[in-house]
Amino acid sequence: MKTMYIVVVAVIIVAMIALSVFVYQQASSTQTITLNGAGATFPFPLIDKWAAEYNKIRPNIKINYQSIGSGGGIQQHIEKTVFFAASDAPLTDAQAAKAPNTLHIPITIGGVVPIYNIPGIQKGLKFTGEILADIYLGKITKWNDPRLAAINPGVNLPDKEIVVVRRSDGSGTTFIWTSYLSSVSQEWRERVGKGTSVNWPVGLGAKGNEGVAALVLQTPYSIGYVEFTYAEKNNLTYGYVQNAAGEFIEPSIESFAKAAEYAATTLPKGNESWSRVSIVESIVNNTQARGAYPITSFSYILVYKELNVLPNMDEATARALVEFLWWAIHDGQKYASNLHYVPLPLNIVTHNEETIRMITYNGQQLCKW
Amino acid sequence: MRNPLRTTHFFYKLNTQYSSPLKWHITGDSLLKIISALFASSVLLFLGLMVYELVNGSWLSIQTFGLNFLIGTKWDPAISQVFGALPLILGTTVTSVIALLISVPISLGIGLALSEYMPKKFGFAISFLVELLAAVPSVIYGLWGIYVLIPFLRDHVYLYLRTFFGFIPIFSGPIYGGGFLTASIVLAIMVIPTISSILRDLFSAVPNSLREAMIALGATKWETVKAVVSYARSGVIGAVILGFGRAVGETMAVTMIIGNKFQVWPSSLFDAWYTMSAIIANELLEATYDLYVSALINIALVLLFVTLVINILSRLIVWRSIRLVRGIVKE
Repeated sequence: MKTMYIVVVAVIIVAMIALSVFVYQQASSTQTITLNGAGATFPFPLIDKWAAEYNKIRPNIKINYQSIGSGGGIQQHIEKTVFFAASDAPLTDAQAAKAPNTLHIPITIGGVVPIYNIPGIQKGLKFTGEILADIYLGKITKWNDPRLAAINPGVNLPDKEIVVVRRSDGSGTTFIWTSYLSSVSQEWRERVGKGTSVNWPVGLGAKGNEGVAALVLQTPYSIGYVEFTYAEKNNLTYGYVQNAAGEFIEPSIESFAKAAEYAATTLPKGNESWSRVSIVESIVNNTQARGAYPITSFSYILVYKELNVLPNMDEATARALVEFLWWAIHDGQKYASNLHYVPLPLNIVTHNEETIRMITYNGQQLCKW
Repeated sequence: MRNPLRTTHFFYKLNTQYSSPLKWHITGDSLLKIISALFASSVLLFLGLMVYELVNGSWLSIQTFGLNFLIGTKWDPAISQVFGALPLILGTTVTSVIALLISVPISLGIGLALSEYMPKKFGFAISFLVELLAAVPSVIYGLWGIYVLIPFLRDHVYLYLRTFFGFIPIFSGPIYGGGFLTASIVLAIMVIPTISSILRDLFSAVPNSLREAMIALGATKWETVKAVVSYARSGVIGAVILGFGRAVGETMAVTMIIGNKFQVWPSSLFDAWYTMSAIIANELLEATYDLYVSALINIALVLLFVTLVINILSRLIVWRSIRLVRGIVKE
């Protein structure tokens, strides 16, 4: 009786294993292709939307993107564990040396905006780069500082200490913000520099865009900086920033696109070094860049030029990846505005087309159209 | 004649038929013993691997900074690429000590109330609630800190502290609401369950003969309670150190509240500061070059070392004390 029982259990277990192997093989024989990617958190909602929409057109292709941060994405790109990576900053020369033949494809554009909480003052307080740098250096400590008052006539600025809030976690947002402060202030460039985290002279650190926003909302007379998409979605009070043409620019999808358009004229080819590409730096002294918001940046997808360097890559997957990238820079762009992302200007789309045509598998060009 | 034992059990058969020449025993008992020993030793393996990985990962930082890492006061990933952990070590220690200053008296009260004063049923309900506090995820404490505690302390406590005691330097300076004192208060709430439940167990383990003897001598309730506490004193110290270990390692709630400001010493009780676990959680994901990552892992190594020492020490004291109180070992 007991033996009987054991035999029955054993037969059931074996049958279940056999069945699951069978089902698994069935599933894989329909050739579902999964494109694994990882990287920046900033473009995650957009890439996630793309994954869903692209899966509707091409049901056998799944896009699996993990938003682990730009640094993590670059690391995985170097270790060749993902098919594509996303980063808010281009590869540095040191990183590019570890991942030779990497192509940079700008996929969307983001802007960073100063937000503040001054009771009684609405959105649209005007700032210049020098003033923002001096606030974050701790040299301007009061809201009624004469320099702030001079460019904001008619605004009743209070005699209160400025509470400076910044990101405590390493982030692409901080990279863009500190790049801007470095390019407008010599003192900032020499004392603090630019990076995903820096040695902040003053201020309170909060984690993530949501942390900075919460702290600013909770603290009267504070100033912080967040990604525009985040500020817009949460109705935060943000300020205008002066550009090199002398205009005070309202951050908006249009003014970011304008900035990218001006910067696009000097972009390197997709397979060249992008380490010095920066919208911020290319327009900070361009007095002709009318209508361009100065604290603007690309978000990139990074792929290898020759896809056979990746383990687990085959020709069908390589082709699927290239087709997806092509779709993302064309049809995919129409999903950007609704999510408060900036659609790529035409001259950057053209630039990307050339880059995508460079991608090969075993030396064969994959994009022949 | 049929031996009834022979058909009873598979392992018994194995034993009787195949064992004698090689003394090769497989019984359910020894099988379980081997398997559970393997599982138990895997804990050691994990700890060893963890230490190995941490030393390995922080090797670059150890080579570059050596022991200066522990006394360095600069954290500059962008320009000079110099890393020092002293402000973090100080920040971690001071916030945890303040948390203990707040939580130990409260925990003592809870422990004594539950073991000495309250009726059993009521005490059970209270201790259940206290332990429930330990089950709240720390991010919830962080959110509560940001949206409830910070505005409350800023508008109703800190402002008055500064108004009345502002002439003392530690009560002057700008008030953000967040900062290391607020973080310590949240930490205190988080370690109260840890400390108070150990204290309750300790005091309950004190033999009734002690209480009876005290009462027989004409002692008041207060004097009896004092005797109970002094009987279990080494265990109390152990419980406090255990709470310290918990406070030192706490990450999420602290980083949401403390202000994450890298400085050696804050200017006032209301100022922001930084802790070791918070900086790892904040910066590791976007650490962009090898030395930077290595420095962060080096901090993890320091933190692991500190918490290990604290935990081992406190466990030893608590165990010894409970055995002492129960009369298993002699002082």
